[in-house]
Amino acid sequence: MQVVAGSVLPPLTIELTPTVVISTALATRDFTPVHHDPAIAKAQGSKDIFLNILTTVGLVERYVSDWAGPEVLFRGIKVKLGVPAYAGDTLTFSGTVATVEEDEAVIEVTGAVSLGPHVTASAVIMHRFGELPADLAKPRA
Amino acid sequence: MTDLRDHLMALVDKAVAAGEGPRLAAPHPVNDTMISHWTEAMGDRNPLYTGPEAVAPPAMIQVWSMEGLRREPAAELRRPVDDVFEALDEAGYTGVVATNCEHTYHRYLAMGEKLTSSTRLLDTVGPKRTALGEGYFVTWNVTWYSGDEPVAEMMFRLLKFRPIEKVSREPYPLTPAVNGDTRFFWDGVRQGELRIQKCGACGELRHPPGPVCPSCRSAERTHIVAGGTGTVYSYVVHHHPAVPGRETPFVVAVVELPEGVRMVGNIVQYPIEDVYVGMPVRVTYQEMDDELTLPMWVPTQEEV
Repeated sequence: MQVVAGSVLPPLTIELTPTVVISTALATRDFTPVHHDPAIAKAQGSKDIFLNILTTVGLVERYVSDWAGPEVLFRGIKVKLGVPAYAGDTLTFSGTVATVEEDEAVIEVTGAVSLGPHVTASAVIMHRFGELPADLAKPRA
Repeated sequence: MTDLRDHLMALVDKAVAAGEGPRLAAPHPVNDTMISHWTEAMGDRNPLYTGPEAVAPPAMIQVWSMEGLRREPAAELRRPVDDVFEALDEAGYTGVVATNCEHTYHRYLAMGEKLTSSTRLLDTVGPKRTALGEGYFVTWNVTWYSGDEPVAEMMFRLLKFRPIEKVSREPYPLTPAVNGDTRFFWDGVRQGELRIQKCGACGELRHPPGPVCPSCRSAERTHIVAGGTGTVYSYVVHHHPAVPGRETPFVVAVVELPEGVRMVGNIVQYPIEDVYVGMPVRVTYQEMDDELTLPMWVPTQEEV
């Protein structure tokens, strides 16, 4: 089977517990208080602590590679940021294969929270050996 | 205003012409410990990132150059974009919101690689009117090097905006009727919650609030907190007559909530002529005076 433009990726739902928001902020070495200190986040007008951008990009990568598998390499990831992803909310990723070239495919991804789209992204991926992976269109367990 | 723009654009031109700033060394070489923290936190189980042949997750690129808690005086580490940010802050464009981040990976990184990164300003565009207030979009590029080899790039864009000033604190002349039936709603609005009355007996949601359930006639009541989104079901543009405390024209919309009720409210911070039936909106809370906060509606996606 070949990867086909229009293929739909299985959705991924992530519960944004404070643990998720804080552990990802610290794992990306982002110590800005709005990502781990609810009192400061609220004092600055936010509803709660929220995901940092480095994590948003990381989760887009994870979402696409969960599906595509380790045979695929990333050439680039573009994200456009929307509403904040607050602790206590749920982040749901969905994606489709937008275009397929000889050894490159573009995957369009949306990550939505209850307030609307948190991120709209596109990832350019290529096969490690310059050919299409046979199972790229199959969801992975 | 024009003076500020000229001054700013002169700084922008200078910063753009200066090209790349100093190459700053990443605090740590590419290493498996930071990678494992990252993959655990992200929930990423890609086997490429473990084992003797491991490579770093490409989306980690910016992590390598994060300064962490170490806050050093950045006098000699000043980047070309810093003058532009300073000028914007001084002019009152103190708000910041990131809008775009684009990574390009030239190759994957192996354990032990020592990286440096360098920033250059690409452009600055404005002033633009946005939902958050007037602002400038500032775009820069970071290149990461391993030795002298560029291994990754990032384009980053943010909006520096002048937060919309709170209007004068004279009491707003129109106040809603707050009573035993409706107090929960107005209390919620003050706390940033959009509450919908729920029948305590049959569970039906109703809005506007009232004393008795129209379905089962129970006087038991409670409420839920709405998600805060909706779509424009219908709207009018109010031109006349004049309304105390308000500037005409303004939009009065019936917003349909996914929870199943409809609410009347203003659509704000958006060009009137661009409002349409079916437009996705989300709630925002406008402080009218020291006492009163009104729920209003803005488009879900900021127009940038």
